[in-house]
Amino acid sequence: MINFNLFVLPFSLGLIYLLVAVARRWYRWIKALPPVDKVKLTSGLRNPKKILAILNEIFMEALVHRRMWKKNPLLGYMHMTFALGWFLLIVIGNLESRIYSGTHLNAPYYPIFLKFFIHDQLVIFFEIYTVPGFFRFIMDFLLLFILSGLVLAIIKRKYSKWFGIKRATEHHLTDRIALICLWMIFPLRLLAESYTAGYYGSGGSFMTQPLGSLLIKITPLPGNYISYFFWWGYSISLGLFFIMLPYSRYMHIPSELLLIIFRRCNVQPQKWFSSFSDVELHSCSRCGICIDTCQLNAAGITNSQAIYFIRGMRDQYVREEIVSNCMLCGRCQEICPVNIKIDSLRLIKRREFSTSHTSGFSYLESGSPLQSEVVYFAGCMSHLTPSIPRAMTKILSRAGIPFVFLDKDRSVCCGRPLMLDGKNKQANELVEFNKLLIRQTRAKLLVTSCPICYRVFREEYNLPIHIQHHSQFLLDLVKSGKIPLQSSFKRVAYHDPCDLGRGCEVYDPPRELLGKIADIVPVEQEKNNALCCGGSMGILSSSQQQRDIITKEALNILLKDKPDILATACPLCKKTFAKQSTVKVMDLAELINAAIPDSAAGCKQPYEAA
Amino acid sequence: MDDRSIDIDHNDQKIMAFLTLQDPSINTCIGCGSCTATCSAGHFVDFNIRKVHTFLRRGETHLLKQEIQKCMFCGKCQLVCPRGVNLRNLIISIYNAIERLA
Repeated sequence: MINFNLFVLPFSLGLIYLLVAVARRWYRWIKALPPVDKVKLTSGLRNPKKILAILNEIFMEALVHRRMWKKNPLLGYMHMTFALGWFLLIVIGNLESRIYSGTHLNAPYYPIFLKFFIHDQLVIFFEIYTVPGFFRFIMDFLLLFILSGLVLAIIKRKYSKWFGIKRATEHHLTDRIALICLWMIFPLRLLAESYTAGYYGSGGSFMTQPLGSLLIKITPLPGNYISYFFWWGYSISLGLFFIMLPYSRYMHIPSELLLIIFRRCNVQPQKWFSSFSDVELHSCSRCGICIDTCQLNAAGITNSQAIYFIRGMRDQYVREEIVSNCMLCGRCQEICPVNIKIDSLRLIKRREFSTSHTSGFSYLESGSPLQSEVVYFAGCMSHLTPSIPRAMTKILSRAGIPFVFLDKDRSVCCGRPLMLDGKNKQANELVEFNKLLIRQTRAKLLVTSCPICYRVFREEYNLPIHIQHHSQFLLDLVKSGKIPLQSSFKRVAYHDPCDLGRGCEVYDPPRELLGKIADIVPVEQEKNNALCCGGSMGILSSSQQQRDIITKEALNILLKDKPDILATACPLCKKTFAKQSTVKVMDLAELINAAIPDSAAGCKQPYEAA
Repeated sequence: MDDRSIDIDHNDQKIMAFLTLQDPSINTCIGCGSCTATCSAGHFVDFNIRKVHTFLRRGETHLLKQEIQKCMFCGKCQLVCPRGVNLRNLIISIYNAIERLA
């Protein structure tokens, strides 16, 4: 029998096109990597342990969709049926066709359309000793598995709430066409296989065989003509989907594989738009999980969420407004099933958009600060909440620690606000100024009260000294017994500042510190899922009214369990919340200062110099 | 002393018009001076947001450009503003306006 028919052409051409298109993209991405990363990639791919880790991650994330399961089981199942189900259908279909034909050299289309070419009750050698019809059963089962996912996908269009998604993505036309092609593939396969099995009276299993017999009975036309029609349809839908894939969101499938390989081989994202960033952009599946998590929705901003920003970047057309309308709180990148570093991508784009101008910071004169092992840097924001630096100086004095208050009288901004708008050149002048100042103090430890400063000190300053946020520093002081504490037994809710929590992953020290003096009330959304206070430095164009709405929504959740005090570790959060909160908002430093019993105070002179 | 007289015929209102479109909150300013009082840059040098506002309204683009270069962008002014003027956005918009219009 000649195993060829004209209808295999659309599939075959589509497949060839897809393979060439993906290979070209992969080649370009890998070629554009900086030489250092190329070395990392080649050495990583020679390491069997790394290869195992890559394969494991591909299985868990790209096939099983573990992170999707975490978000919502129904959503996870739906994605798993398509990815894992289709993957197994290809693998087992290939195995089956090879065993049937007895050769390893099959045409690629042969396993896909096997039931068209073979429809008798051949009991192959393998199956005599196991279960007759074993492969046919498995293939039917996998098809059913995928079809169950397809039913869910159709239901999801209408009732996305059941899948944990309130606001669904607004898709472009190309994505819609590709989606329809994808949806057509499996029902057409079912019909083609069923009609063929029904016509020949064999070749199907528990699903296709009875369905085929039934269909043959109720259709007036001869079964072989109709089945032939569906085989054509099946092939065309596959071919079309393959051709659409590189231009639609389904490009995320081959891109994510490369992204996983890159990450596992320690290929790092750059500060500018690099090959890595482009792979990240293409790995976005536009699932839309990031939409609901974005707090800007409440303020009526619905066009700048991560998914739309990434789509705009991929299409090489993204409006400045979409890039800048983001608080950079990082909530979307925590929940992203592909783990795309969305904030870094936004900052790259903001740098591109940023107008160049010469800065006028010549007025900054380098002073001669006093020297000390411990340097305290309050930060601009802390100067707007003077109770925080006041509490810190008191605590430091009581603990008997000599220190220098670097920005006591006047502070030079740490540079992060400028960086958040892409003005890195100007920001670097401030960074260099502050670095010099810090170096002159000969400090070994730099403590700051502001998470914004803390993050930029850690990420951009390259200081050879220890850097701590005051929550970490105070915890060390309490642990070493330098400050006695009296518990107040007040109920306190703790709010994770974005830059301290998601930005620097400092989640536990503030809680441990707070636990020593108060009862911590659990909050619905905390740690890496914590809300932004709305006072973010990352967003520019939102109005004060819009910010106020975001703050109000966050407060509603934080104060749900009616705590006595709302604690935070960021002066900006404190200032923002204090405007609207119904309970007192206090910084950790203030709470600790208030918890030091009076008898422990006063005996030591303040050491603070300058 | 500079000649402070304003030539009304050559008063360039483009930037002010652009800003009003970009961020209408500028029109709610009551000139209280809180921004200037808290300004980080203002602690080091003669920098005054109210002066920026005046240059804007008078259309004195050259002086405006020189003045805003001193801003460190820390955002304290915005937080103390009793009228909710979006000051950081305005400063950035002034940069953009000068780049694109002047």
